[in-house]
Amino acid sequence: MALRLARFTKDIIRPTFIRSLSTKEESLYDIQHKQPLQKRLTAIPNAQYGGRHAVTMLPGGGIGPELMNYVREIFRYCGVPVDFEIIDIDPNSEGNDDLEYAITSIKRNGVAIKGNIETKSEQTDTISRNVALRNELDLFVNVLECKSYPGIISRHQNIDIVIVRQNTEGEYAMLEHEQSVPGVVESMKVVTDENSERVARYAFEYAKNTGRSRVTTVHKANIMKLSDGLFLETSRRVAKDYPDIKHNDMIIDNCCMQLVSNPHQFEVMNMTNLYGTIVSNVICGIAGGAGLLSGKNYGDHYAIFEPGTRNTGTAIAGKNIANPVAMLNASIDMLYHLGHKHHADAIADAVYKTVCEDRIHTPDLGGSHTSLDVIQNIVRRLSEKTIHW
Amino acid sequence: MSFLARNLGRTLVQVSARGLQTSAVNQNAILSDEFLKGLSKPESRTTCTLIPGDGVGPELMYSLQEVFKAANCPVDFETFFFSEVNPTMSARLEDVTASIKKNKVCLKGILATPDFSRTGELQTLNMKLRTDLDLYANVVHVRSLPGVKSRHHDIDCVIIREQTEGEYSALEHESIPGVVECLKIITAKKSARIAKFAFDYATKNQRKKVTCVHKANIMKLGDGLFLKSCEEISKLYPRIKFEKMIVDNTTMQLVSNPNQFDVMVTPNLYGSIVDNIACGLVGGAGVVAGASYSAETCVFEPGARHTFSEAVGKNLANPTAMLLCGAKMLRHVNLQPYSDMITSAINKVLNEGRFRTKDLGGQSTTTDFTYAVIDHLK
Repeated sequence: MALRLARFTKDIIRPTFIRSLSTKEESLYDIQHKQPLQKRLTAIPNAQYGGRHAVTMLPGGGIGPELMNYVREIFRYCGVPVDFEIIDIDPNSEGNDDLEYAITSIKRNGVAIKGNIETKSEQTDTISRNVALRNELDLFVNVLECKSYPGIISRHQNIDIVIVRQNTEGEYAMLEHEQSVPGVVESMKVVTDENSERVARYAFEYAKNTGRSRVTTVHKANIMKLSDGLFLETSRRVAKDYPDIKHNDMIIDNCCMQLVSNPHQFEVMNMTNLYGTIVSNVICGIAGGAGLLSGKNYGDHYAIFEPGTRNTGTAIAGKNIANPVAMLNASIDMLYHLGHKHHADAIADAVYKTVCEDRIHTPDLGGSHTSLDVIQNIVRRLSEKTIHW
Repeated sequence: MSFLARNLGRTLVQVSARGLQTSAVNQNAILSDEFLKGLSKPESRTTCTLIPGDGVGPELMYSLQEVFKAANCPVDFETFFFSEVNPTMSARLEDVTASIKKNKVCLKGILATPDFSRTGELQTLNMKLRTDLDLYANVVHVRSLPGVKSRHHDIDCVIIREQTEGEYSALEHESIPGVVECLKIITAKKSARIAKFAFDYATKNQRKKVTCVHKANIMKLGDGLFLKSCEEISKLYPRIKFEKMIVDNTTMQLVSNPNQFDVMVTPNLYGSIVDNIACGLVGGAGVVAGASYSAETCVFEPGARHTFSEAVGKNLANPTAMLLCGAKMLRHVNLQPYSDMITSAINKVLNEGRFRTKDLGGQSTTTDFTYAVIDHLK
C-alpha cells in the first residue's frame, strides 16, 4: 500500500511553484512522512470550459452500465451541459491499469459518478477497487442523505437522517496478517485524530449549514476504548466549537435497535467506516430499499457520486427491472455540486413526481413496472418543463 | 390562422429534428424515436450576444440572421455595436461583458485594431474583452471543406491558442530613446490551464495526439516554462500521445505535410501565426470558424481574424465562416439538430459549386450564397 501511495504521489506532488521556491528538493519520503494522511496535491485546473463540465463516469459492474445509460439519456434529453468521460474497468482483470487510469481521470476532472466496481480477484495482493479509489483520492467522508419518499410503502415514514461516515480508515485500513502464529489472523483498525476531526467537522458544518440541531456520534468506545475512544473524544472536542448544535453519542448496537424502532430521533449521524456501512444499509432498508438513495464521497479536492448502498445487483443485470432512481439521484447530487441548479431541480422534480405521484415503481418497491417505464415517465415529466441549455 | 400554422410547423420541425439527433448520436438509444416524437416540448429560447464587428462583419451577421430565421432557430440576439475604430458608435465594454456573462454565449465578428493608440493605452479592445471575460483558450478547428480547391486534402487539425498572456501582455516601454522593451509573460498557472484544456479537448473529441508548439531552444525560460507545463499535464493523459515541435519547423511542416497534425497547443503569438497558415491551407479567412472559451462563457468568431474592410458594401465576402460559427454556437447550446441542418446545407452548397464567392474563385455575391444555403435547408 505504501508503495502504491509513493508511486502515485510521485506524479502529482512537487508543484512547480513550490519547487522553484524551495532551494532543495524534498525527497518523496519527506513529503510522504511530514503529513502521512493528507496527500499534498498540485491544484489541477478545473475541467470546465464554456460552461460545460467534464465528468468521469465509471459504470462498474452488474446493473451499473444500464443505469448509466439511463442517466446519459436523461442528460441528453434535457441538455445538461456535462460531458462524460466513460471508463470501463474490466472486473476480471488482475492488473490495475484501468483503475489507475480511472484515478488519473478523476484527478483531472475533479468529479466522478460511479456504479459499484467489482473486484473478482480473491488474491490477497489485489485490493478492492472501490476502497482503492477512495484511498487514493483521499475521499475522507461519505454522506448519505436519507429522506423517505411519501409515495413508497415502507416500515417508517418521514425519515430524514443524514449519515456522515469516515471513508478511508478504521476497519478498512486493509492491514491484515497471519504472521504471528499459524491459525491466528490479526486485522488492524486504524483511527487517527486528524481524520476523525475532519469527519466530525464535516458533520457539524453540515448540520450548521442545513439548519439541523443535533449530531449523534456512533461508536463502540465501551469495548474499543482506545480507537473508538479517540473518535468519540475528537467529536466531543469539535462539538465545543458548535455551541448551537446538540451533540450526543450512542453505542452502535443500541443505535441499530433505535434505528429500526424509532428512527425519528436522529438528525445527523457521525461514525467510523464499518459502522457507517452497516447503518446506511439499515436505513436504506427501512426507507424503501437500495434502489432509491444516493451517496456522496468528498475529499479536499475531489468528489464521487454513487448510489447509496454499494451493491452491484449482478443478479438483476440486463433484465430491465433495476431501479434507476438511485443512480439518477446520484447524478442530481452531482449537478448540484457542479452548480447546475436549474437542471438538477428539473430532473429531481421529475423523479419525485414519477415515484410519488405517478407511482411508477420497479419490483424492488413492490411495483410491476420496468426500468424503461420509469425512464419514459421521467422524460415525459421533463418534457412539460421549459429547460434552457 | 397563419400564427397557428407557423407554430405547428415549428413544432413538427423540432420534433423530427429531435428524433434525428437521437438516432444520429447514439445507435443503441434507449428511448425510441416513436416515443420521443409523441412528446411535445414547450418552446425555450436561447439568448445570444451578437457583436457584428468591423469591416464586412455586419453584412455577414445579416446573412447569419437570415439563415437562422429561415431555419426557425429558437435563438434571440442581443446586438451590440462594438468597435475600436468607430469609438463614437461603440457600446461600452462593461455593457458588452455583462451581456456575455449573462447569456454565456456570444457570436462575434472581427474587431479592427488601429495601428496607433488614441489614449496612449496599449491594450486593444479585443484584448480587453478577452481579459475581462478571461477567454483564455482559442480553438480553431481547421478542416478541408468539400468543393473548395486547395493544395492539400483531408486536413483535420485543431489549433488551441492561449490568448490572455504571452506576447499580448501590452507591456511595452521605451527605456532609453531608441530602445523599446516588450515583455512576454508566461506563467505556470496559465500554461497548465491551456495544456489541460488541449488535452481535455482531445479526450472529449477522441483525438490521438497533442503537439506543443514552442521556441524553447531560444526562449529557454519563457517558452521553456510553457513546454514544461505541457509536459507535466501530459502525464495525466497516458492514452494521448504528446509531441513537441519548434514553431519554425511547425510552420514548414504545416505547409508541406499538414496531415500529420492532430491537436496543437500554442502560446499566444505562435497561435495567431499557425491559425492563419492553417486557415490559408483550407481556403482562407472566409471559411474557417473558431471559438474562444473561458470557464463560464464561449465566444464564437471566425478562425482567422481579418475584417476584409476593402469589401465593405460590395456584397463580396464569404459568409461560410460566420455561418459555421453560428452552427457551432447552436451545437454548444444543445440545439444540435439546427446546427446539423445548417452545416449540411453549407456543405451541399459548397459541394455543388454553383454559388462561389470571389475568394473561392467564383462570381457569386454574399446574398446569392446565403440564399443558396437557405434553399438547401430542409
